[in-house]
Amino acid sequence: MSDFALKTTDLGISFGGLKAVQNVNLEIKEKEIYGLIGPNGAGKTTVFNMLTGVYLPTTGTFYLNGKELKGFSQERINHEGIARTFQNIRLFNNMTVIRNVMVGLHNSPEFKCNPFVSMFRLPGHFDAEKRMRQRAKEILDIFGLLEERNQLACNLPYGKQRKLEIARALATNPKLLLLDEPAAGMNPQETAELMDTIRFVRDKFDVTILLIEHDMSLVSGICDRLTVLNFGEVLAEGEVSDVLNNPEVVKAYLGD
Amino acid sequence: MKEYLLNIKNAFKLKHYINYIVLLAVFALFTALYYAGALNRSTPSLFNQILYSVILAVSLNLVVGFLGELSLGHAGFMCIGAYLGTFISNMLIGAGMNTVLALAISMVAGAAVAAAFGLLVGLPALRLRGDYLAIVTLAFGEIIRNICRNLPFFGGAQGLGSVIYSENLTNKKSLPMFIPTFICLMLMLVVIQNLIRSKHGRAITAIRDNEIAAKAMGVNVTYYKLLVFVLSAAFAGFAGVIYGAGVSPVEYSTFDYNYSIEILVMVVLGGMGSINGSIISAALITVINFYLKAYLTGDMAAIKTLIYALILIVMVVYKNAPALKSFREKYTFKKLIDKIVNRKKAVDYVTDDTARWDVVPTKIEMNEVLSTDLVVTESVVSPDKEVK
Repeated sequence: MSDFALKTTDLGISFGGLKAVQNVNLEIKEKEIYGLIGPNGAGKTTVFNMLTGVYLPTTGTFYLNGKELKGFSQERINHEGIARTFQNIRLFNNMTVIRNVMVGLHNSPEFKCNPFVSMFRLPGHFDAEKRMRQRAKEILDIFGLLEERNQLACNLPYGKQRKLEIARALATNPKLLLLDEPAAGMNPQETAELMDTIRFVRDKFDVTILLIEHDMSLVSGICDRLTVLNFGEVLAEGEVSDVLNNPEVVKAYLGD
Repeated sequence: MKEYLLNIKNAFKLKHYINYIVLLAVFALFTALYYAGALNRSTPSLFNQILYSVILAVSLNLVVGFLGELSLGHAGFMCIGAYLGTFISNMLIGAGMNTVLALAISMVAGAAVAAAFGLLVGLPALRLRGDYLAIVTLAFGEIIRNICRNLPFFGGAQGLGSVIYSENLTNKKSLPMFIPTFICLMLMLVVIQNLIRSKHGRAITAIRDNEIAAKAMGVNVTYYKLLVFVLSAAFAGFAGVIYGAGVSPVEYSTFDYNYSIEILVMVVLGGMGSINGSIISAALITVINFYLKAYLTGDMAAIKTLIYALILIVMVVYKNAPALKSFREKYTFKKLIDKIVNRKKAVDYVTDDTARWDVVPTKIEMNEVLSTDLVVTESVVSPDKEVK
């Protein structure tokens, strides 16, 4: 079981009588880039919400590196190693770029410092702050955001806000990174850059990546394997080229 | 040790400490005038009033401005401090204890009990948001003051007489109240300002800006919300004990929701999330109130509230009216200082995200409340609250 970075078994959720997602079985290997695609309303984001603890699955469960995480709080799941970005960007808009990343570093054990120490500026506070700032700068440098570090996050252009969200998620030191439509609203050139960034992130931070995407050029460009959801159920899964040529999948996207 | 001092030196920024310096200077001047006998009788009491108003405003700002939750029960915490502090100090002085020591002990006790109630109010704050939390805190304030009114050993409707106050009246050499108040104020500033300018402050402002994202980043929202409520209540308790020592009797009618709203007005006027703004506006509002009370006597007392309200309206309109925007930008306090100091080039003010004047981050808009209402404990949730 622990061969897989993420394994879900019969994952499903119902909202009252509505079965939003049923029987999702994912097996994602370590350092894989795995795609989750499907038409609008197929339940992709709902799967993400279950994996991050926003929703409690009604059926099934999921394991990160063999450890069952179902039923944990969102904070706890993040500590265990799942970080995410949001489809509608959710940055801390009234905070500077570097502080956004520093919030991501908040829970790292290396920057531990309790509120009492901070209140009275006891030894340990300055050290932790300094190292946190340094680490945040390193992360921002990787994403080419170092120049903008003192700007407010809401003043960044759209593409950079997306990058900042990924940077912030990576600051929490995850094992599995969930990207919810990272290329939404990007032009083809930005999408190409994003593909490079995602590959680079995988290699640099040693993370497994699960991404939701509608842009098929991105999906076929970087994903190792795919799962297609339709009406909350798995329609197809496997290698990218096989899945995308599957007549069922084409039908789901384009109609008869 | 050497490294620690070096760290302090490196992290030192004058703009972060300017408020301590200004407050200390004002305090030193005032104490000198007091001991020189240059002040009239009511001024020390006004100064004390200003100081505890500042404590109330800044501690409420921690909840409203930094955590972004609307709390209307701040006078309730103050009420606990006032009654309990007066009760304990009366008892201790009755047993023959030194006044200063009795005051110190009652302060600690008052703040501790107020903090415990802060925890109690913080618990619903984990589930409720925006308007709903405001209603709960409002009700809490009313409940507290009515309990205090009905407890037999708190003096009932007549109020609780304060021994410290009457001793201060008779004994000319006693310690003026504004000195312990000032010490409390400095303690509060150190605690709140340092907390806000640390990783914990960042976590708190992150919860304000986007609670869902903060949770997804692993910030322990429960812990920080409770921490903020407890701290804020504890300092309101301090202010209450101070208030109780400077007035006799302590009456339950003082701590009504109007008083909570007045503290909120100080916070809003000074700018949510701005500590210095709260200090200035708390001082200003207290002074206006004091002189209106002093000069509008007899029949004129009826229009006191009217004038007070008019002043507030003018101030709020001046601060926010779009038509006055260019005027405000032309005549700012910072530009005035630049002129005096004669700085050559316009300074590029780096916005300090913990001290923004122009954003109102409180989560009181309804649609925001609905779209972020995402605490899921049961397996059945309605699908329209999906996180996208």
